[in-house]
Amino acid sequence: MSEAPHVEVKGLTVTARNAAGEMFPIVSDIDFALRRGEVLALIGESGSGKTTIALTLLGHARPGATISGGSIRVGDAELTKLDRSALAQLRGNRIAYIAQSAASAFNPSRTIMDQVIEPALIHDLMPRAQAEAKAVELFRALALPFPDTIGVRYPHQLSGGQLQRLMAAMALITDPELVILDEPTTALDVTTQIEVLRAFKAVVLERGATAIYVSHDLAVVAQMADQIVVLSQGRIREAGAAAQILHAPADDYTRTLMAAAHPAIRPAPEKIALPAAPLLEIRGLTAGYGKIGKDGRPRIPVLRDINLTIERGATLGVIGESGSGKSTIARVIAGLLPPASGQVLLDGEVLPPGLQGRSRDQFRRVQLVFQNADTALNPAHSVGRILARPLAFYHDLKGNAARMRVLELLDLIRLPATLIDRPIGGLSGGQKQRINLARALAADPQLILCDEVTSALDTVVGAAILELMAELRRELGIATMFISHDISTVRAICDDILVLYSGTMVETGPRAAFGVAPFHPYTDLLIGSVPEMRAGWLEESHAGAAPPPIGGTGDHPDLCRFLPRCAARVDGLCNTTPPPRRPLAKGSQILCHHGDESLIPS
Amino acid sequence: MIASAFQRAKALPLSGKVGLALVIFWLAVALFGPMFAPYPVGAFVAYDVFDGQSAKHWLGSDYLGRDVLSRLLSGARYTVGLAAAAALLASSTGTALALTAAVGGTKVDEPLSRFMDMLISIPSKIFSLVLVAAFGSSLGLLLLIAAFTYVPGNYRIARALAVNLAQMDYVQVARARGEGRFHIAIAEILPNMIHPLLADFGLRFVFIVLLLSGLSFLGLGVQPPDADLGSLVRENISGLGEGALAILAPAVAIATLTVGVNLLIDAIGFSGKGKGR
Repeated sequence: MSEAPHVEVKGLTVTARNAAGEMFPIVSDIDFALRRGEVLALIGESGSGKTTIALTLLGHARPGATISGGSIRVGDAELTKLDRSALAQLRGNRIAYIAQSAASAFNPSRTIMDQVIEPALIHDLMPRAQAEAKAVELFRALALPFPDTIGVRYPHQLSGGQLQRLMAAMALITDPELVILDEPTTALDVTTQIEVLRAFKAVVLERGATAIYVSHDLAVVAQMADQIVVLSQGRIREAGAAAQILHAPADDYTRTLMAAAHPAIRPAPEKIALPAAPLLEIRGLTAGYGKIGKDGRPRIPVLRDINLTIERGATLGVIGESGSGKSTIARVIAGLLPPASGQVLLDGEVLPPGLQGRSRDQFRRVQLVFQNADTALNPAHSVGRILARPLAFYHDLKGNAARMRVLELLDLIRLPATLIDRPIGGLSGGQKQRINLARALAADPQLILCDEVTSALDTVVGAAILELMAELRRELGIATMFISHDISTVRAICDDILVLYSGTMVETGPRAAFGVAPFHPYTDLLIGSVPEMRAGWLEESHAGAAPPPIGGTGDHPDLCRFLPRCAARVDGLCNTTPPPRRPLAKGSQILCHHGDESLIPS
Repeated sequence: MIASAFQRAKALPLSGKVGLALVIFWLAVALFGPMFAPYPVGAFVAYDVFDGQSAKHWLGSDYLGRDVLSRLLSGARYTVGLAAAAALLASSTGTALALTAAVGGTKVDEPLSRFMDMLISIPSKIFSLVLVAAFGSSLGLLLLIAAFTYVPGNYRIARALAVNLAQMDYVQVARARGEGRFHIAIAEILPNMIHPLLADFGLRFVFIVLLLSGLSFLGLGVQPPDADLGSLVRENISGLGEGALAILAPAVAIATLTVGVNLLIDAIGFSGKGKGR
């Protein structure tokens, strides 16, 4: 404790000029200090100023903003007093930065090795050969595949998780004393996130670097941080040791964040006496892009043999990682992508495969809500116009009657009536997502297809949207297909769950079946990869362990898609024979060679 | 409406304000200028050719002793009017075809785009020369030539914009709602491409002014005794050695008109981008 802190920030204030030309603070009165080798987490929602603070530790303020007060000391350097060239000496050398989206941080026209060793060469720290040797050593430490040869590849040949780790290698090549990680795993799937977190933690610990970890996800932070600083609207709400913040938060805001991270399990509403046909039924659906071949499969298949039903007023959760085809299901149901084979039945009637031939009433009954409200709402239209269009289109409501209904809708989604004439650009992310939802409700639908509706939102705002959806469902009895990558959200709100891996249904069943083992190996990996809000989880978790070795795989098109990553694969069976669909005792159905007895009871 | 236009004008950078002033000036000249012309367009009023500035003839006299100011005021009307009409025709045709291509799918898009590629390969000056030589010069023909020449360029830009916008989620939502193609093109796509299209319109306008001036300079544009700015330059070319006002004035007029429009569209394009598009 006698040692002076390694990094110390005191009274930091960053100001920016607003549209009217007035200066206003983005962050103010920020104090924190950390000792050498400690990890400090900055946590908060978007707009809380966490990235702004992280950037000031590089002596940088974004265009338009200036560091207007306070001191930032890293080691013996006072960053606020350094000029441009002295800062350039520090950056990428003693202080390194790892950005959120590695995919856009790499130059696509240069090889990985060139870019990873660039900081060392720019700062003249070591000769090229030595830098390359060191890079390979880092690749190995970060558990990258083919560490000796990965350097000659180009960014587009690597996955997002690999690029994120390569960016860490780039940052660490100069042995920096301070590493700033700005939401490094936010853009990754949970199953990739756990691998990247492991690699980061090992490397940061091993090198004894001081680190600042910026994130909105408390559970992720719990794995990494010694200290946590909770930010809201540019001010520190609470700061302290990680264990204290996680287990005994003192501030209300921190408690809100914690609560939002754990969606409450909602009881399923009473089932209504069911008519003969389910609301939506999908039979033997195969879909994809490109020409349809002789065997009835498209050239680039996205979905294979999907069968599902949604009862009236029920909620079906569809989970999978990016690229699993979960959004494609919604596009097929909505008619945007005609399937290669299979049928979609609405209320027992077969829907025409594409948009052509669907009646206006069929359009009305199925509504699509996209993930990103920023792009799903036409920026040239006002709130009122967006909500009035479905009213006019489906229900012939015009003029005053339409306006009254729009006001009702705004009230339904808990937005003030004064927003009606606002352009879309002036709304916040959460407000936009509500409008997005209200537009679907305006049609008076029977089924809403929700594609990752909360993914682009902050946890607290997302939780409010989920709350609203649950309420609407209770009041209006609308069935929902809830597409998400987040298994805890899906488990909290859905009646039935479908797990999708690479376009195949690997496990389906009622919600209850997803609370107890055994699971399909992929479901197991998904559930095991969701970080828990306690320190030490990362070390204990067995998710993402290396799969057992197998021989060469046959070229049967229906072999298990999860085979290359499966921890329970069996040589001579999984790589030669397509898996059967079999029921488990707990009530779900899996696509696997294993059954109740042979699956790992995790 | 007027208030908001005024607000926008106030928000323009200095270069944009200069451009706006020049554009308004030339529009006013085109609209009202001929009313204030001191002499009839074709009248021989001065005793001297290439006379300098005087109280009777503010911009001197031309190679036949006609009043330059009167001729300039009427020439501006031809140049601005023809160019504006042709640019409007070219832009609206190009944009309409582009929207058709964007919502029509590959079957409409491919033939239309290849046809436009073919048109774009025809050199515009030669094309106009051939047509004028074949049919003789008339205002209607000049208008059609200018418009036709610049349709493919506008089509390309508008199509690139529209095809991108057609992939946006809000267009997908509209399609999934069952909206027709016309509604999607007009209500969902068009409003979001207005800004770049305005910039493009300004550019086409300038090109057309230059094309018409070039044709007039070759003697194939507006025919005497009427004259547009380009023909004013040509007919007074013999005064170039003397530095006569008769040739300077229309040359400066073309320059200020085109530079003004360019400054304005640059400023509009910039503030359009700044609005977070």
